[in-house]
Amino acid sequence: MLEVSGITQIFGGVTALDSVSFAISAGDITGVIGPNGAGKTTLFNIITGIYRQTAGTVHLEGKNVTGLPPEKLARLAMVRTFQNIELFGGMTVLENVMVGMHTKSSAGLLACAFKMPWSISEERRIREGAMKWLEFTGIVDLADHVAGSLPFGKGRLLEIARALAVEPRIILMDEPAAGLNSQETVGLAQLIKQIRDTGITVVLVEHDMELVMDICDRIIVLNLGTKLAEGTPREIQESSAVIAAYLGDDD
Amino acid sequence: MEKLIRSGSNTMKRDLLLFIGFSVLIMVAPQLFAGGYLMNVLVFVGINTMLAIALNLLLGYAGQISLGHAGFFGLGAYISGILTTTFSLNPWLAMPIAALAVGCLAGVIGFPILKLKGHYLAMASLGLGIIMYIVFNETVELTGGPSGLSGIPNMKLAGVSFDSDVKNYYLIWGFTLAVMLFSINLANSRVGRALRAVHDSEVAAQVLGVNARLLKVQIFALSAIISSLAGSLYAHTMTFISPASFGFNFSIELLTMVVIGGLGSIYGSFLGAALLTLLPEILRGANDYDIIIYGGLLVLMVMYMPGGLVRGIPDLFKKIFKPKGGADHA
Repeated sequence: MLEVSGITQIFGGVTALDSVSFAISAGDITGVIGPNGAGKTTLFNIITGIYRQTAGTVHLEGKNVTGLPPEKLARLAMVRTFQNIELFGGMTVLENVMVGMHTKSSAGLLACAFKMPWSISEERRIREGAMKWLEFTGIVDLADHVAGSLPFGKGRLLEIARALAVEPRIILMDEPAAGLNSQETVGLAQLIKQIRDTGITVVLVEHDMELVMDICDRIIVLNLGTKLAEGTPREIQESSAVIAAYLGDDD
Repeated sequence: MEKLIRSGSNTMKRDLLLFIGFSVLIMVAPQLFAGGYLMNVLVFVGINTMLAIALNLLLGYAGQISLGHAGFFGLGAYISGILTTTFSLNPWLAMPIAALAVGCLAGVIGFPILKLKGHYLAMASLGLGIIMYIVFNETVELTGGPSGLSGIPNMKLAGVSFDSDVKNYYLIWGFTLAVMLFSINLANSRVGRALRAVHDSEVAAQVLGVNARLLKVQIFALSAIISSLAGSLYAHTMTFISPASFGFNFSIELLTMVVIGGLGSIYGSFLGAALLTLLPEILRGANDYDIIIYGGLLVLMVMYMPGGLVRGIPDLFKKIFKPKGGADHA
């Protein structure tokens, strides 16, 4: 599904990522973990086309997508969410998700402004599609609220609903549980499993170990910009290298 | 869920009714104000509304500032003026040629300058406006230089020449209402949502598949085209143009109209344009104090109506007509 090879990122003189390679298979929930400063978010920013890496390639479903901008990746069915949720604060919850349907609609500037018949029927289809994703994430009752006024937990759900509206085959989530209370985190775990069950590959950066160990099929551990370990949750929990990285070495 | 989908089409109906009501009001206004000098001012309200909407699409919706929009307005006016005088073209032909030329120019310039953000974009667009102003002044054999270009013909339609204030009022407002409807439709569409999305979080919009860079250039070009149309109409209404009307001051005045009226609201642009066009006329009686009152009012409005007139006036009504006890809970 997603293949990353030899990703290196140098900011000034600092090596944030040093030749990181891994492959993610379709239908898995994969967790990317590691101590602060390990390079997890940088890695996400490179994969999703927000940063341009110093070296290395990214392949999506066998296709070389290295250096493609995010809007092109969205059309190749890859989407992401952000650590500090990036909502369109001035728009309603429903409108936020409707923007998610951008690649699934095509009416241009003039067709919209002159209200061509096809743009009107498309608008209806966008609205119905967006409602479907609000139902999926359980926030349909908030459809008319202004996104900027939502509590953080609901905002997180909205960001996920909006990303799903792109109809991705792979979704990357940057710390989806950050800022959620324990009850909301349980709901999130449920939702992520549901997303996977619809056939979408999920990759998440996460600090909440309980969540990661609970829902992930595979885990990749980064430390100081290099890949430290990779395996099932059980293998990772038993890896002495990982324990050393998190808790410090005995020596 | 069905209810919410239907509420979408209800909003559409409400928008349409509001627009029809507004249009009727505009069309009967000359009967109420019985001509005279006021008609002339109302013609300017129409032109300024068009310009404010053009800038609002860019600033209020897409979140991109321009301090050089008077330049596009002037460019439309001069291209129309020169084509109909020096080259004796029909105004109805000159107007679309001007709009197309200005749109292409804005598209070409838009690609490099819309890479800039915030203050840098403000500076670049300011420079652009000043360059155009210098061109109007210095290409004397083409534009007539600082002394202006005169003898521009009025527009004619089916034998009627638009040579009086009342006729011009209907001509200008016909165009202005069309631009308003066009912009309202655009704002409530897939493209309008993408614009607002770019405004709120460019990176999130891109991740969802919005080509932010192309969209910004498109809207910049559209904004320039509407400004150019307003310029052509201005030239054919006034029959005389000079660079003084298209300087930096007017770019700032347009920006003030958009902000005072309400960012991201088409009717707000009308309110802002109407207020800033009518206020100097109303204050004419105050002699030398007019500029102080004018400035003071603007400061007060920005302080107490930060959302602009279009949101501030309804709030004010609510405050006045709500019973005292209830107002605190509102």
